[in-house]
Amino acid sequence: MDLLQSLRIAAPEQLLSLSAIVLLVASAWGQTRRDARAVTWLAVLTLFVAAVMTAPVLFEGVRGDAASAFGGLFSGDAFAAFAKLLIYAAAGASLLVAPAFFEKHRAYRPEYPVLVLFAVLGMGIMVSAQDLLTLYMGLELNSLAAYVLAAFLKPDQRSAEAGLKYFVLGALASGILLFGMSLTYGFTGTTDYAGIAAALAEGTVSKGALFGLTFVLAGLAFKISAVPFHMWTPDVYEGAPTPVTTFFASAPKVAALALTMRVSLEAFGPQAAAWQQIVIFAAIASIVVGALGAIGQGNIKRLLAYSSINNVGFILLGLAAATPAGASAMLFYLVVYVAMTIGGFVAVLMLKDADGNYVEAIADIAGLSRTRPLLALGLAAIMFSLAGIPPLLGFWGKFVVFQAVVEAGMVPLAALGIAASVIGAYYYLKVVKIMYFDEPAGKVTGKSDMVHEWLLATCALFISPLGYLITKCLIALATVSAGVLFVAV
Amino acid sequence: MLGFPILSLMLAVPLVAAFICLLVNAQMARTVALAATLANFVLGVVLWCQFDVGGAQWQFQESKELFSGFAWKLGIDGIALLLIMLSVFLMPICILASQGIEKRVGEYMAAFLVMETLMIGVFAAQDLFLFYIFFEAGLIPMYLIIGVWGGAERIYASYKFFLYTLLGSVLMLIAMIWMVQEAGTTDIPALMAYDFPVDAQQWLWLAFFASFAVKMPMWPVHTWLPDAHVQAPTAGSVILAGVLLKMGGYGFIRFSLPMFPQASADFVWLVYWLSMIAVVVTSLIALVQHDMKKLIAYSSVAHMAIVTVGLFAFNTQGLEGAMIVMLSHGLVSGALFLCVGVIYDRLHTREIERYGGLSINMPKYALFFMLFTMASIGLPATGGFVGEFLALAGIYQQSSLVAFVAATGIILGAGYMLYLYRRICFGDHKNADAAAMPDLNLREWAMLAPIAAAVLWMGVYPETFLAPMRGDIRYVETRLAAAKPTGDAQLTAGKPAARQDHAQHGGAH
Repeated sequence: MDLLQSLRIAAPEQLLSLSAIVLLVASAWGQTRRDARAVTWLAVLTLFVAAVMTAPVLFEGVRGDAASAFGGLFSGDAFAAFAKLLIYAAAGASLLVAPAFFEKHRAYRPEYPVLVLFAVLGMGIMVSAQDLLTLYMGLELNSLAAYVLAAFLKPDQRSAEAGLKYFVLGALASGILLFGMSLTYGFTGTTDYAGIAAALAEGTVSKGALFGLTFVLAGLAFKISAVPFHMWTPDVYEGAPTPVTTFFASAPKVAALALTMRVSLEAFGPQAAAWQQIVIFAAIASIVVGALGAIGQGNIKRLLAYSSINNVGFILLGLAAATPAGASAMLFYLVVYVAMTIGGFVAVLMLKDADGNYVEAIADIAGLSRTRPLLALGLAAIMFSLAGIPPLLGFWGKFVVFQAVVEAGMVPLAALGIAASVIGAYYYLKVVKIMYFDEPAGKVTGKSDMVHEWLLATCALFISPLGYLITKCLIALATVSAGVLFVAV
Repeated sequence: MLGFPILSLMLAVPLVAAFICLLVNAQMARTVALAATLANFVLGVVLWCQFDVGGAQWQFQESKELFSGFAWKLGIDGIALLLIMLSVFLMPICILASQGIEKRVGEYMAAFLVMETLMIGVFAAQDLFLFYIFFEAGLIPMYLIIGVWGGAERIYASYKFFLYTLLGSVLMLIAMIWMVQEAGTTDIPALMAYDFPVDAQQWLWLAFFASFAVKMPMWPVHTWLPDAHVQAPTAGSVILAGVLLKMGGYGFIRFSLPMFPQASADFVWLVYWLSMIAVVVTSLIALVQHDMKKLIAYSSVAHMAIVTVGLFAFNTQGLEGAMIVMLSHGLVSGALFLCVGVIYDRLHTREIERYGGLSINMPKYALFFMLFTMASIGLPATGGFVGEFLALAGIYQQSSLVAFVAATGIILGAGYMLYLYRRICFGDHKNADAAAMPDLNLREWAMLAPIAAAVLWMGVYPETFLAPMRGDIRYVETRLAAAKPTGDAQLTAGKPAARQDHAQHGGAH
C-alpha cells in the first residue's frame, strides 16, 4: 500500500484542498462583486470536477483493500463516493443561490465559497474516515467552516447570534464526541473502525465501551440534529442567512448521517443490539418532536428546520433496522431529502417583496398560488413530498425505509413511525392551505433570480412522479454502496 | 383484446388535458376538460365493447418494469371494468356541472382531470404499490378541490378529509409491505391467490379495514363525509359520492375478502355490528337534517352500510348485490347532488326550508328529482332495488338479524327521502324567490338525462351489469368458501310429501 495509491484514492480531497487554498489566496487580492462571483463559479467548477473524479468509484462499486488509503485511516469506497456525490451536489446548489442573497445585503465576499469548499473537504474526510481520529479531523474542519458561515452576514444580529449558538453547542457536541471516542479507545485499545469491530466481536459489550458508544452517538446526534439534541436547529436555521441554511440542512446532514452509519454499522456493527434501542428512541422522538414542534411555527425557515428534524427521524429508522436494506434505504432517502430541502429553501429564497427584501413569515405567503402560481406549485409539491404523499418521490423515500424496517421484523416500530408521520402531514398541509386557500396577502411580488428558478424546477422535477423513473438505478447504486458497510461483519 | 395499451391511454388523456388546462384561459379550459372527459368516456365504451365477458379473468393487461420495487402493471376484471365505466361516465357530467365555476377555472378543471386519472388508476392497477400510489394520491386533488372551491367551512372540512383518510391508509401500507415480503410478489392477482398464515391474516385484515372503513365510510369513522360533502362544490360532491366512496368497497372485494378470507370470517361480527348501527343511526340523523347536501351525505353512509353487509354475506347474491348497490348509488347519489346543485345555483342556499312547491314552477326538475328519490329508496325498476334486494337476500342466508336491521334502512330511507322531496317540491310556494326559479336548461338536461337512463337500465335489465363481473364474483366466492361462517338461516329445500312418505316407509323397515 504505497503512498501513490493513497494519494490517488484521496484525489478529490486533494483537489478540494488545493483549490480552496488557491482561491483563498486569490480572494485576498480581489474583493469586488465580480471577483466574488468568479470565485463562486470556480468553486462550483471544482466541486463538479471532484464529482467527476468520484463518480467512477461509485459506479464500479470499489470496496475493501482497493479503497483503503494511508494505512487504513481513510477509505475511498463506493459508500463514501455516494455520500460525497450528494454532498458535492448539495454544496454546489447552495453556492449557486448565495450571490443573489448576499449582494442584496452588500455582504458577498469571495471567502464564502472558499469556506464552503473547506467545509466540503471536511465532510469528504468524515464520510471516508476509517479511524476515529480521521473522523474527528474531518468533523472539526467542517464545523469550524460552518460556524463562520452561520455568522457570515455581519450586519445582521440574528446571523451573529446563530453563529455563536452554533459554535457553543457544536463545541459541546464535539467535546461529548471526543469523550466518547476516548472511552471507546480506552476499552477497545484502538481507534481503528475494523479494530473496534474486532474487539467488540466476541461476547457482550463491556460497560465502559457501552458508555463510549453512547457518548459517540450523542455527539453525532447533535450533528444530525436528532432529538433530544435538536434544540439548536430551529434557532440556527432561522438566524443564519438563507443560503447558509440551505447548505446546513443538506450537505452536513448527509455527511453526519453517513458518518453515523459508518460508525454504527462498521465500528459498532457487531454490537448492533447495544445501540439499536438508542437509535429507535432517537428516531421516534425526532419524528414526533419534529412534527409537533413545527405546528406552531410562523417562520418558514423554522418550519423547515423542524421538518428536517422530522426527516432525520425517518432516516434513523433505516439505521434502527441495522440491515443492508436499511442502510440502502437511508442513502436513497438522503438523496430525496437533499432534493426536497434544497428545493424548499430555494423556494424560500424566491419569496421577495416588491423592494427585493426576503419574506420569511408564513402568513405573508397567503394566496401565493394566485400571484406566483408556478412558485406556489413548486413549494406545494415539496410540502406534499415532505409529508410523504404519493405520487411524489418523498413517499418512496419513506416507503423504502419502512420496507427495510418491516423486513427487519420490527413491524410495531414501522406502524408507530408511519402513524406519527400523519402528525407531520398536518403542518405541511397548513403551508399549502395558506398558499392555495387564503386570500392573497399581496406581499410576495418581487422577481426571482434565473438560477433560483432553474434549481427549483430541477428539484421539483426530481421529486415529481417522473423521479420514479430513476429509482431503479438509484436504488441499485444505494444497495451497492450500503453493501460496503457490511463487508467486515 | 386490443393491441395498444388502452388503459394507459385512458390514464394519459386526462393527465395531458390537465396540463393544457393550466396553460389556457377559462373558457378554453372548460372546453378542453369536457372534450377530454368525453374522449375518455368513448375509450371506456370501447373498453367495454372489447371486454370479453366470460373470458379470461384479467384482460387488457400491461406490464412494464419501470420502477424499483414495483411495476407499471395494469389490467382489469369485470369488477374493475364497471367501476371504471362509472368514473368515466360521471366525469363529463361533473365537468358540465362545473360550468358555473368562475374562480380559477383552469386549476379547477386540472384538479378534476388529475382526479379522473387517479380513479381509473386505482381500479386498473395490478401492482400492489402502484395501487397504493393511485389510492393515496387522490387525496391531493380532492384536498385542493374542497379547500379552494368549497363553501364557508371548507378549510376545516379539507383538513378533516385529508388527515382522516391518510391515517386510515398509512397502516395499510405497512400491511402491504409485510404481505409483499411474505408472498414475494407485488402482483395483485398472485396475492389474491396466496394463502397468508391465519394468525397474520387478522392483523393484515385490520390494517386494510382501517383504510377502507374510512374511505367507505363506515360508522363511526364517517364524520368526515358530511363535512366534506357539504363544503365541496357540486361536482366535487358528485365525484366524492359517485366514485371515491366506491374505492372502499372495491378495496374490500379486491383485497380484504380474497386475500384474507379467514380473517374476514373472524371479523364478520365487527362489520355486521358497525353496518347495523350505521344503517339505523345515520338514517335517523338524515331525517332531521335541514341541509339538503348533509341529508344526502348521511343517506350515503346508510347505503354504504348495505354494501358492507352484502360484501360480508360470503355468497354470490350478497357480493353481486353489493356491487350493484355501489354502481347504482354512484349514479343516484351523484344525480341527487346534481339536483341539489341545480337549485343551489339559482338560490344559493342548501336550506330545505327556503324551498317548497318547486313542482309548480319547475315540473321537469321535479320529475327528475322524483326519479332519483325513488331510485335512492330502492323502488323496483331502478338500480337501487336490484342491488338492495340482492344484498339483503344474500345476508338473509347468513344472518336474519342483520338482514332485518339492514332492511329497516330501506323503510327509513323512504322516510327521509320522501320527507325531503315533499318539503322541496310539493306544497305551495313558500318564498317568492324560490317560486321565480326557471326550470331546467339544456345543460342541466344533458347532465340529468343520461344518469336517469342509466338508473332505469340498471333497474330493468341488470344482466348487462351483472354479466361482466359474474366470473369474478364467483372467484371471490371460491376464495371465501373454505372460511365461510355458518349462517343462522340454513335453508333446506322442502321435500316433496311423497318422497317423505317413502323415506318414512323405508325407515320403518
